[in-house]
Amino acid sequence: MSLTLADLKPGNRVRIINVDTADDAVVRLMSLGLIEGVELEFINSSLGGDPLELRLYGSAISMRREQARHFHVENTD
Amino acid sequence: MSSKVETVKVPLEKLTATLPPRASVALVGNPNSGKSTLFNRLTGMKQKTANFPGVTVEKRSGKLSIDEIPIELIDLPGTYSLTPYSTDEKITVSVLLDRLENETTIDAAIAVVDATRLYQSLCLVQQLIELNKPVMLVLTMIDVAKQDGIQVNIEKLRNILQGIQIVSVVATSGAGLPEFKSELVKLITREYGDKDSFWPELREKAIEIQAQLSQEKAATPVHEIERALIDSTVEFDDPTLMGHVSSTRQSLCQDQAPVAVEARQRFLLSKQIVEQVQTSAPPVSQWVARLTTKINQPIPATLLFFLLMAVIFQAVFAWATPLMDMIDNATAGTGQWIEGLLPTGMLSSLIVDGVIAGVGSVIIFLPQIIILFLFIIILEDTGYLARAAFLSDKAMRSLGLSGQSVIPLLSSFACAVPGIMATRVIPDRRDRLATIIAAPFMTCSARLPVYALLIAAFVPNTNIGFLNLQGLVLFGLYLLGIAGGVFTAFLLKRSALKGPKPSFMLALPEFRVPNLQTVLLKLLDRARIFLKRAGTIIFFVAVIVWALSYFPRSESIQSEKQAAYQQAQATLNDEALETRLTDIDNKAAADQLSQSWLGRSGQFVAPVFEPLGWDWRISAAVIASFPAREVVIAVLGTIYAVGAEADEATLSERIQSASWEDGTKIFSLPVVIGLLVFYAWCLQCGATIAIMRRETGGWRWPLFAWTYMTLLGYSAALLVNFLF
Repeated sequence: MSLTLADLKPGNRVRIINVDTADDAVVRLMSLGLIEGVELEFINSSLGGDPLELRLYGSAISMRREQARHFHVENTD
Repeated sequence: MSSKVETVKVPLEKLTATLPPRASVALVGNPNSGKSTLFNRLTGMKQKTANFPGVTVEKRSGKLSIDEIPIELIDLPGTYSLTPYSTDEKITVSVLLDRLENETTIDAAIAVVDATRLYQSLCLVQQLIELNKPVMLVLTMIDVAKQDGIQVNIEKLRNILQGIQIVSVVATSGAGLPEFKSELVKLITREYGDKDSFWPELREKAIEIQAQLSQEKAATPVHEIERALIDSTVEFDDPTLMGHVSSTRQSLCQDQAPVAVEARQRFLLSKQIVEQVQTSAPPVSQWVARLTTKINQPIPATLLFFLLMAVIFQAVFAWATPLMDMIDNATAGTGQWIEGLLPTGMLSSLIVDGVIAGVGSVIIFLPQIIILFLFIIILEDTGYLARAAFLSDKAMRSLGLSGQSVIPLLSSFACAVPGIMATRVIPDRRDRLATIIAAPFMTCSARLPVYALLIAAFVPNTNIGFLNLQGLVLFGLYLLGIAGGVFTAFLLKRSALKGPKPSFMLALPEFRVPNLQTVLLKLLDRARIFLKRAGTIIFFVAVIVWALSYFPRSESIQSEKQAAYQQAQATLNDEALETRLTDIDNKAAADQLSQSWLGRSGQFVAPVFEPLGWDWRISAAVIASFPAREVVIAVLGTIYAVGAEADEATLSERIQSASWEDGTKIFSLPVVIGLLVFYAWCLQCGATIAIMRRETGGWRWPLFAWTYMTLLGYSAALLVNFLF
């Protein structure tokens, strides 16, 4: 469980395997559909490397690295 | 159709049969799902904006009538779930659950779903169906979905969603609207059967709780108990009910956050539904996707943003000039025409110097305002503002804010009032306050006329390279406003509003071609607001200022003038006489103005502004413009119209030649720069102060902002006058 959403490169495709809900902001991101089992594509990071842009099922979502760290993922490609 | 009132006898049974039921229907959906485009399509010009009772959230409602059934359509703020976080989302949930007092209950709901983001919207759709109110689903952006290679099997989706009606529309072109309308009529007229819960466990627990309640408390609806089980902010008066809810929540969620539990439950189902009903093929038009990806790279996106800004400032001057000249000449022409028509005296002065010079000088700026708003609306509707929030988050963090503050701040370039209202999406109160205080620093459309007048009059219309100097100065003033706001937010976040680091999350809307009808409706709305202000508050101020500048009339000045006239006529003739008479007229008018009430009060406050190099006329105009900053133009228009040379028809020419008694120009370089800086930083807007009071819940913050910004503007103008 070492790989998280914060460790990806543009074009990486991953699946969420575990969400650590300690952070309230992480719970809010879950209400946008970021739950275990969904697949994501890492699009890019913003100016200065933060926040990040991710794509799931056609929607682009942005979050900071701080929250991204709580989403544990595995590679699918 | 005749508008005459006719009395026709109609049998009673026929009358009741033709009197259809009124229905209130809510449009609900995720943010950027195309809800508002659909709303505009359906209601067109028949919409109004009001507030929900007791709260400051804007309520957009409109009327439409299908098969003679009058329907009130309510456009609710976008949300992802029935567990609200922001003020806007709270309203949507309260209206849907009929929690608001004095608000019409919703008879049915239309779930607006972006076909390209089906997965994300299905959580809200499940929750809506469980409310046991008639619900139908509208799939929007079907055309975009097709281009992206996405196909939705509507029959299958309908089966999974327990047979609710589903129609697909392309709101931008109007395709599918007739079907939508007939389905909507069916929704509100036909029987709507009970629906099962998509989360049986939650429903069972809620029913158990309801069963334990005493007879009179049993009125609490099951779906309210369900929401309370997830959303701990929901409160009931009954302590036993509260106790049941919290112990059940414990057994339902164990140690997990209830919202996380619900998200897992709902989105697992959403994922299964999407896998069953949606097929994806490679996108039809690859180039749009490729272009969007390219443009959205951090560096191209930033460059594009600045390029857009530069174009906006050029356009505001270059495109508007011909139109403004037309309005300007028309105003001046009307003034001269009326002057020729009426005998010289009070009435002529009121109309020409008061109303036409005052209101006219503000109306000139309509073309510039429209161009500015056109750009801002397009930026909003293409989804570019959200992109700007994403790009600027890191920079905003160094100020102690998040990218979420950028959208309200960019909206404030149009007007600080909607800008401050847009801060509701910021969850943290301290961040929200800092953004509210920074918002009025952004150059709003009411500052634009003030800048435009002074720039057009005093900055040469030349080019530096390919850039127009006037546009460049205007750009500099916008930067000055931004600097003031950024500096203030920085200070506040390090002192009074110190707090934990704000988080940031945002669903980034896709780049979309804005819908022409929506853009035009919004533009029309802004133009109407601007003209309404010109017709009411500015008209009112112009007339008052005229009266203050016209009265009292001094008899001695009048008789002096007569004496001087007679002496001139006796000693001079032809051209020399003409010049002399004009001089006498001007001196008399200037003397009258200076001893008028306006002159006296202007001279009374002048010492305050003397260190800035302003004469009493500017001082009076600045004071009068504290309720609304663009009033300064109307006041200057009126003041300089009284006693102006005949060949100086426009305000711009009049202020260029205005001089002190010793002949030096009043509007010297330091005075012009000082005035610009003063207007850049001063809070001269009653509407902004009122909205600040409403949004912050007291006078403390608006008073602070007013004092702080006035002092800042004054000190800056003082410094400018001292330095130059």
